[in-house]
Amino acid sequence: MGAPVIVDVSKLEPGQQIQVGWRKQPIFVIRHTKEAINNIESSLSKLADPKSESIDEPYRDINLTRSKSSEFTILVGVCTHLGCSPKFFPEVEPKSWDASWTGGYFCPCHGSMFDLVGRVFKGVPAPTNMKVPPHNFKGNILTIGEDEEMS
Amino acid sequence: MSDNLTKVFNWINHRLPVQNTFERHLSKHPVPKKVNFWYLFGALAAVVLVIQIVSGIWLIMLYSPGEGAFASIEYMMRDVDYGWLIRYMHTTGASMFFAVVYLHMFRGLLYGSYQKPRELVWIFGCTIYLAMMAEGFLGYVLPYGQMSYWGAQVIISLFGALPYIGESLELWMRGDYYISGITINRFFALHVVALPLVLIALVFLHLVALHEVGAGNPEGIDIEAHTDEDGVPLDSVPFFPYKVLNALVGIGVFLTVFTIIMFFFPEGGGYFIEYANYEEANPLVTPDHIAPVWYYSPYYSMLRAVPDKLGGFAVMGAAVAIFFVVPWLDKSKVASIRYKGVLSKIALVLFGISFLTLGYLGTVSVTEHRKTMSIICTFIYFGYFLLMPIYTSIEKTKPVPDRL
Repeated sequence: MGAPVIVDVSKLEPGQQIQVGWRKQPIFVIRHTKEAINNIESSLSKLADPKSESIDEPYRDINLTRSKSSEFTILVGVCTHLGCSPKFFPEVEPKSWDASWTGGYFCPCHGSMFDLVGRVFKGVPAPTNMKVPPHNFKGNILTIGEDEEMS
Repeated sequence: MSDNLTKVFNWINHRLPVQNTFERHLSKHPVPKKVNFWYLFGALAAVVLVIQIVSGIWLIMLYSPGEGAFASIEYMMRDVDYGWLIRYMHTTGASMFFAVVYLHMFRGLLYGSYQKPRELVWIFGCTIYLAMMAEGFLGYVLPYGQMSYWGAQVIISLFGALPYIGESLELWMRGDYYISGITINRFFALHVVALPLVLIALVFLHLVALHEVGAGNPEGIDIEAHTDEDGVPLDSVPFFPYKVLNALVGIGVFLTVFTIIMFFFPEGGGYFIEYANYEEANPLVTPDHIAPVWYYSPYYSMLRAVPDKLGGFAVMGAAVAIFFVVPWLDKSKVASIRYKGVLSKIALVLFGISFLTLGYLGTVSVTEHRKTMSIICTFIYFGYFLLMPIYTSIEKTKPVPDRL
C-alpha cells in the first residue's frame, strides 16, 4: 500500500490536472500552461509563505513549480487545515470566494485557498502550503513516493 | 388489594424502596403548579433517548462495522423488512434529540433555570449536551458514506491542531494512518457502548440533582418560600399524576411530528441525512459541497470564520464550554426574562439570531460576504456570554411577585 505510484504524464494536456492515489491520499499532478507559469508570481502578495519556509520543502529553489520539473507540479492533495481535498479551479476569473482569483485550489470544507502550485493564501484557516511528495521523473514517467536522489 | 398481594408488596418494600421512591419522586414530588410549554422539552428529550436506545439496539442487529459498513447500511435499507424504518427512526431521533435539547437549553437561558440552587442541574445538562455531540458525531461516521468519511477526517484533524500531542493523538484516535475499517470499529464501540453508558449516567445525575432542588418556573419564583404545615410548597402539585398526564399531551404532539418526519421526510431536505452520504466513502475525493448536519452547523461556521487552525478549534471549544459557566456570569437578582431588564432581553434576542444565522451559514458554501457575517455573529455569540456580568448587574429589574 505504501508502494510508489508510477504515472505516464505524457498524456496530460497543458492546464490539465489528474489525481492519483498514493498511501490512500489523493495526489495532484498538474501540467501547467506557459501562461500559468509566467503568471505564477502574480499572486505573490496574497501568499502567506511563498518560499515554503515553514514546511519541509523537498525541492526548494529548483523550479517555480516546487517540483523537479519546470512544467509539472506534484502535490499531496490534502488541505493542511483539516485534511479535506481541495478543488482545482485553474480559471482566471472572479469566484464567489475571491473576486481576483487567478487560478488555484479552493477547499470546499473551510474555504482555504492555494495558488496553482499549492501555496497557501493569507487569511485562510490552512496554516501551511500543501505538501510536495517525494517524486522522480524519468522522461515522461513520473514516480510518486520515491526519489532515488533523496534516499 | 388482596392480602396475599399486600404481603408480596410488603416483602419487596422491606428490601427495595419501591414505595418510598415512588412517593419521593412521583406521587409526592412537588412541582410548580404553573409552567408553560417550554417546560416540556426535558420530558421530550427523555422520550427521544428511549427511542434512540431501542432503535439503536435493532440497528446493531443489522449493521456491521468495519470496511463493509456501507454495504450493511444498503442491505438494511433495501433487503431487510422494515430495515429502513429502524434506520430512519434512529436518524430522525438524532435530529429531534438535538432539536428538543436546543429548545430545552434555550428555556434555561430564558427563565434563568441555571441560577442558584440549580447550578449543578445546569452543569450536568451541559455535560449531557457535550456527550450528545460526541455521540452524534460518532454515529454519523458509522454508515461510512462520503459525509461520514470527510466529517470524520475534519473532526479528527481538529485534534491535530493541538500543539505537541496533536499528530500522535490523531493517529491514536484513528488507529490507522487514515480513516479505515479500524476507525469505524472503534467508533462503533464508543457509539453503542461507552457513550450511551455515560449519557445514561449523566441523565440520572441531571434528574437526581433536579429532584433535590425542585423544578423552576417561568416566573422565577422560589415556591419553597411558602409551604403548608407539612413542608409542601403551596404553589405546587404532585408530579404524578398531574404533570405526567400533562406531559402526555405534549409527547403526543411531538410523536406526531416525529413520525411525519420519519415516514415522509427522513432526509429532511438534506439537513437530517445529507445526500452525499448515500455515496460510499472515497478517500480521494471530497464532496463539492461539504457541511455538517444542521445541529453542528453553528460551530462549523465559527470554525470557518477563524483564519487559524488552532484558533478555530479553540473558538469552537470555547463556544460549547462557555455554557458551563453561565450560572456565574448571570449577576441578576431575578431569574426569569419576565422580570429582567431591557438589556437582557436585547442580548438574548441577539444571541438567538446570531445562533440561527451561524447555523444557516454553516450549511451553505463560504463566500467573502458570508464569512464577514459569520465573524460578526461569532462576536455576538460570545458577547452574549462575556458581557452578561455587566448587563445583568447594571440593568433595572422588575420586582418578582411572592406567589406563583
